Amino acid sequence: MTGPAPGIGARFARNRLFRWIRWYLREISGAADYDRHCLRHRREHPDRPIPSRRAYEAWRTRRREENPQARCC
Amino acid sequence: MPPTTDTRNPRTYRPRSILIWTVVALLGAAGWGMVALARGEEISAVWLIFAAVASYAIAYRFYSRFISERVLEPDDTRATPAERLDDGVDYQPTDRRVLFGHHFAAIAGAGPLVGPVLAAQMGYLPGTIWIVVGVIFAGAVQDMVILFLSMRRDGKSLGQMAREEIGRVGGVAALLAVFVIMIILLAVLALIVVNALANSPWGTFSVTLTIPIALFMGVYLRFLRPGRVLETSVIGVALLLAAIIGGGQIEDTALGDAFTWSPTTLVFCLVGYGFVASVLPVWLLLAPRDYLSTFMKVGTIVLLALGVLLAAPNLKTDAISSFASSGSGPVFAGSMFPFLFITIACGALSGFHALVASGTTPKLIQRESQVRMIGYGAMLMESFVAIMALIAACVIDPGLYYAMNAPAGVLGATAESASHAVAGLGFTITPDDLRSAASVVEEKTLIARSGGAPTLAVGMSEIFAEVFGGSGMKAFWYHFAIMFEALFILTTVDAGTRVGRFMLQDMLGNVWKPIGRVDWKPGIWLTSAVVVGLWGYFLYAGTTDPLGGINQLFPLFGIANQLLAAVALTVATTVLIKSGRLRWAWVTGIPLAWDVAVTYSAGWQKIFSDDPRVGFFAQRDRYADAIDAGKVLGPAKNMDDMHTVVLNCTVDGVLIALFLVLIAVVMGNAAVVCARAIRAGVPLPTTETPYVASTLVLEPTASPREKELATAGAGGPGDEAGAS
Repeated sequence: MTGPAPGIGARFARNRLFRWIRWYLREISGAADYDRHCLRHRREHPDRPIPSRRAYEAWRTRRREENPQARCC
Repeated sequence: MPPTTDTRNPRTYRPRSILIWTVVALLGAAGWGMVALARGEEISAVWLIFAAVASYAIAYRFYSRFISERVLEPDDTRATPAERLDDGVDYQPTDRRVLFGHHFAAIAGAGPLVGPVLAAQMGYLPGTIWIVVGVIFAGAVQDMVILFLSMRRDGKSLGQMAREEIGRVGGVAALLAVFVIMIILLAVLALIVVNALANSPWGTFSVTLTIPIALFMGVYLRFLRPGRVLETSVIGVALLLAAIIGGGQIEDTALGDAFTWSPTTLVFCLVGYGFVASVLPVWLLLAPRDYLSTFMKVGTIVLLALGVLLAAPNLKTDAISSFASSGSGPVFAGSMFPFLFITIACGALSGFHALVASGTTPKLIQRESQVRMIGYGAMLMESFVAIMALIAACVIDPGLYYAMNAPAGVLGATAESASHAVAGLGFTITPDDLRSAASVVEEKTLIARSGGAPTLAVGMSEIFAEVFGGSGMKAFWYHFAIMFEALFILTTVDAGTRVGRFMLQDMLGNVWKPIGRVDWKPGIWLTSAVVVGLWGYFLYAGTTDPLGGINQLFPLFGIANQLLAAVALTVATTVLIKSGRLRWAWVTGIPLAWDVAVTYSAGWQKIFSDDPRVGFFAQRDRYADAIDAGKVLGPAKNMDDMHTVVLNCTVDGVLIALFLVLIAVVMGNAAVVCARAIRAGVPLPTTETPYVASTLVLEPTASPREKELATAGAGGPGDEAGAS
């Protein structure tokens, strides 16, 4: 895990830990994917409107429909 | 091939690291010493943890690094498929710690929890050694090498790699084998759920409630708060806990009676559920259930690890039981070699992982060298789960263990008959103890609850109750454990049925085009029904088998899973030889040889053994002869039972023969290819995607203070976290 940088207080370390956990949970649950998609969209198609979250999630589950992932035993 | 980017000089040894690894080695040696040598007194489970974790640490640090640097030679200047083909969905560079989590969630399921529980009949020592040694030299190696090979081929599946590296015949045989193995896997997993929920209103009620909970979450995520996965999962887990608590209140009410289902009823419910779940849209049931089960899985595993460390329970079983050599164990028949090694598949060596390691995960890797942490590391973690399951099974009283795990036909229906049968096996449990063990967890009976899940739940409830909440909480923890296992078995059944359906559509699509189309509804319904019907048949046969479904089907499941590992290791070894790395071929070749020895001798015995407890056909003959003579042999109760035994034995025996032939075809074809490669003397043309230089910049220690989205994929700081 992340340790505190030398000479910096425990509170800072705790905040860092909480931020790290929040970052990890958002990443692993896929909650951050929409933000990433928006960034990408803005970069690649600056002229087109950014898709709504609803549209993005609907599109993503449709993709999942076509590519099922095996869960192991 | 460009040189590896390893800048460390392997010849410099820092004193601090020497000291650390000496201490780890000593701790491990102390653990193994206690585990292996203590006799005549109970030892603490903590020693098992020491032995395992120290071994994992040393294996990860030294062996996985050796495989990475000498055998695979990952090149971090080479762009991975995630970078080259980045489409923001299937392919995208993902932070290695996040990907580790995804990969672990995909490979770890009920397997590592169930196999060790059944294997506890041979004592804790053989199981522990196999789980630890097996994962280090076979299971984790397989996962890592397949992950690497698939990554170098843009995430091709195991079947595709088999076809390209070995040949058409081998490829088709591999594909067919994967499909049949999948069917058996689903049937056995569903059978575990049936055995855990039969005549248990509390368990059935709370597991049934997971369906409306998942539907609610699906609608919530789709229409109310799109994409808010964390928030939805928190609500879902809270509802789930409420469902478990609520289940405790329905005993002896009309509702409780309504949820008291016989095994056969449960079979039809599961088959119906499997069909509906595989044709419903993913967002409605499968996706939310997947979130729920992942969070529950990780949470429970962490709880269990904490529980074992804090409670430090003593192991009640012998180190090596008499069943290890006699082969007359009631849980599964046969001697330690080969049957222990097929009973514990997941956790030591699981072929199914090769399907996950080729496919989704390789398309998300940022840097080639990360296959070590993700492939090898995640498998070590799964092995650790298996060790904890073994501990949970070994802390319960052996008398209770056998009363729960021997076949119903042996134990009879009453506490008295079960107590008598257990005494016949050489263990003691009084009828009163048996009744009180059931009433403590608020179940009507614990007799013949085979399949591993109820035993694990009893073990977990003892460990948890000692640490969190005292003995009054045992019933809650028992049903918590049942719920958690049923939840992710059902998730596997959902996902597996869907994957099986796609495979079938793909195969049949070659014969008749329309059936292969993924958007043609009748085709989807038909193929789903076929897949569900196939595993449903084996589930029904297992549930009604007079000899005990787990006793009969679990060896089939273990052999199937390990044969899949044989396919994966064959592909890996073939690629190593074809690419001119013959001198390193032993890295996957030795596990392959071991795996073949285990599965083929187990399969051979299952087909040809004269012992009717072991050989399917010997058993078939025994019952067929009795039918001709007009006699009924116990545990069968009537002529219908007798015919059931004959039919099941025939089907199971033929199926094992089919497995062995299919895999022999794959390996024979591979041997020809390898011989050609060795004779050629130079590396054969590669099927790897050509080298492209990487331009991906990983921010080494981005501060999480910055917007997470901007640094997405290269987030928070952290060290090279070890796996175990």
